[in-house]
Amino acid sequence: MQLKTEEIGDIVLIQIEEERMDAHNSGTFKEQMLALFDEGKCKLIIDLSPVRFVDSSGLGALVSGFKNASAREGSLKLCGLQPQVRSMFELTRLHRVFEIFASAEEAQESF
Amino acid sequence: MAEKVEVDITIPNHTRYLSLIGRIGEDLVHSLGHYNGDREELAYHLNLVLTEAITNAICHANESDPNKQIQIQISTSDENLIIKVFDEGDGFDFANFKTTDMQDTDECGRGIHIINRLMDNVSYHRINKRNVLEMTKKLH
Repeated sequence: MQLKTEEIGDIVLIQIEEERMDAHNSGTFKEQMLALFDEGKCKLIIDLSPVRFVDSSGLGALVSGFKNASAREGSLKLCGLQPQVRSMFELTRLHRVFEIFASAEEAQESF
Repeated sequence: MAEKVEVDITIPNHTRYLSLIGRIGEDLVHSLGHYNGDREELAYHLNLVLTEAITNAICHANESDPNKQIQIQISTSDENLIIKVFDEGDGFDFANFKTTDMQDTDECGRGIHIINRLMDNVSYHRINKRNVLEMTKKLH
């Protein structure tokens, strides 16, 4: 999956650079997050600003990252959700699982 | 006379076609002549339901076998929008797939939950050595 990463202290900001997260690219995204966990990085912010569409596979990849981060005593937080992407979190009740922020700065301050 | 649209597409058993079919679904909703509801929402939901149903057919029913195919039929009438997704696998027990047993942090299983929530009628049955997932959305 096309993404950019930026390290801010021990936090990694992952900016997704795709309009769509589905079964075609979410497997790669899981592997990209696993590579970060293997490097000992477990405080992640995922900026979903450009994402217009997410399906259950994309949500599953984010849940996988969330669980891996939590298991390493870190966390995975989300920001920049477009309204239709946010509605997917509500439809699947995942808004109760993730910490969701309006901006990357707000997510960063919450660590 | 009622305006009817019928789309019939067959794709290889590969996830790279998900985006294409999702876009066709969205465009079809935008071209409907007689829908008075939230068109953007319906377009998004159709993209999503097609994506979930085809992913399920590719990865689970057809077990990612590159020699198999997926056929998608979308049709509309004044009353309904009907989607049929055909796979060539052995089928699975759709009726007894319990999404209510899901935990919040399960990684899989949300696709069928999404389809059931967004469509008005959903069935899965076997026809001539294939299976079809048939989903209906009322347009009024």
